[in-house]
Parts: sequence; C-alpha cells; structure tokens
Amino acid sequence: MDKIQIIAIIAVAFFIGLIARFIVKGKLRTEYSIIWGLMGIIFLVFSLWRRSLDLLAEFFGVYYAPSLIFIFFFFMIFIFLIHLSVVNSKQHEQIKKLAQEIALLKERSTNIQKK
Amino acid sequence: MALLYNQLQSLKVEGCSISPLFINDNSTDTTCEKLMEMNVQFLDNPINIGIGGTVQLGFIYALENDFDIAVQMDGDGQHPPKELYKLLQPLLNDAADVVIGSRFIDKVGFQSSTLRRLGINFFSRLNKFLVGVSIKDSTSGYRAYNKKAIVELIEYYPDEYPEPEAIVYLANKGMQIKEVSVVMNERLMGISSIRQFSTIYYMIKVSLNSIFLHLKMRSNG
Repeated sequence: MDKIQIIAIIAVAFFIGLIARFIVKGKLRTEYSIIWGLMGIIFLVFSLWRRSLDLLAEFFGVYYAPSLIFIFFFFMIFIFLIHLSVVNSKQHEQIKKLAQEIALLKERSTNIQKK
Repeated sequence: MALLYNQLQSLKVEGCSISPLFINDNSTDTTCEKLMEMNVQFLDNPINIGIGGTVQLGFIYALENDFDIAVQMDGDGQHPPKELYKLLQPLLNDAADVVIGSRFIDKVGFQSSTLRRLGINFFSRLNKFLVGVSIKDSTSGYRAYNKKAIVELIEYYPDEYPEPEAIVYLANKGMQIKEVSVVMNERLMGISSIRQFSTIYYMIKVSLNSIFLHLKMRSNG
C-alpha cells in the first residue's frame, strides 16, 4: 500500500467520523446527513480500491482519470451551493415574517401592560 | 423625529383621523428610548429586517388595526406632513388605490442632484416599459394606499430599495396608481439608504428585480 493511499484512508476516516459526530449530535438535518454520508462512502471506495477511478475513467472515455474527479465534484458542489442559496432565500423570508410578527406581538403586550 | 411627530400631531385632514406609527428597525441608537419618552405608537423590530420588511410591517399593522388608508413617509424630514392632504384626496375620492407624492410634476421644492434624477428617470422609464405606468418620481417614498392596496402589499413587498419595484408589483395587481405633486425638503438628518458607492449595484438590482417580478406575475396570470 502506497503512502498516499494510507493518507487518503486516514483522511476519509476523519471525514466520516466528523459526519457521524454531527449526525449523532443532531446538528445535521437528515437530508444533509444522507448527502454527506453518501459522499463519505464514495470517498472510502476510491481510497480503498485505487483502480476504481481508472476503470471509471475508461468507462466514460476520459483519458486523464483525475479530471473525472474534478468534473464530478465541481458539478456536485455547484448543485449543492445552488440548493443552499435556495434554502437561504427561503429562510430570509421566514425570518423577516417572524420578526414582523414579534414586533407586532411586542407592541400588543406593552399595550396590555399599560392598561 | 420629535419635530415630525409634533407636525403629525397638529395635522388635520378633513374627515380623517390620523394615528402616526413609528417603527424602529433595531437601531442601536437612542431611537427606542426617544419613542418611549414621546409616548407614541411604535413597533420595535427584534432584529434588523431592512427597509422593505419594515415598511411592510407598517402595512400589516394598518390592516390588523383596520385602517382605511396607510401612508408611508420618510422620518428624516424630507416629506412634510402638511402636504399629506394632497396624497389623501385621490384615495378619498376613489380616484386611485395608490398615490405617490412627486417632486417632479410641478418642479417645486427640493429637486435632488442631477445624477439621482437621472437614476429616478431611468426607473420611471423602466416602469413605463414594463407596466405602462408613468410615475415621474419613481423612488419617492411618500405614498398613500387604500385598503385594497394594503392587502396586496402584505402579500409582497420588495426587501431592499423597494419603491420602484413596488410600482411594478402594484400595477400588475391592477391597482390604480396616481402621482400627485408635493413639495419636498432636503433631508434634515440621517443618510439616504441609497449611498454613492452602491449606486450601480442598486440600479442593476432594482432593474432585475422589477423585470423578474414582472415576468413572474405575468406568467402566473
């Protein structure tokens, strides 16, 4: 086993450990746990079985195998970032509504106290 | 602010009772204490939600308390309360759902800088192109709405730099928008929400927002 493979396996183990910790502590919503868990498994497969990347590249007709990694992950990250922007926009709207509601309730409660 | 309140207090429009509402958008200065001292109706946002959300909060308040008309007015002295009756007249006569106070109809009072006028003119042209409504003072924040318009504004009000986009929204909702001439002052205190360095960003953002909103509303019928 090459040095780099050992490093990769350790890194993946750390990554999976981190995700597992977040899931156990309830800091990640289930839908994100699934995405990141799958990511961890993919990383694990690639680090344990080195030839898998070459086989995959051959299958897709990619001459330079590492470029497959770039294209795949760029795509995944882009999709995920767009998803997060959508979530963020929605939350922005929800927070605004909540703040408006709180301001109205605050006013109402001070009015009641005055009476 | 105290000055504005006094002016509002002494203001009378025939056939109307006026109740001013102040909203503090989580300012860290002494706004809140001053409002408390003056013993006026005010709302205090728990977090900073920006101009759009804050103005919209005023509309929500107006509807919840069953007001017939809502007026929005800058608190920095630009919009003299004594001009208010001009805005209310078309609403009371059922001649419009939305009335916008304009500096540019009779070209009296404070007229803003050339550059700003150029920007305002651009938006009024964009509005005309999109919804066919010609409002000369497209960024004016001195506006009055009847109940029909208030109900629509609670559904949607733009977040940042809301004025030009609100025209597109209201026109798409079939509201009658009317512009009346008012005399405005120069800002007595505070700074404009439209600052120099972000002007280009502002122009692009409001234009895109207006266009997107228009397309969205058109496709939803």
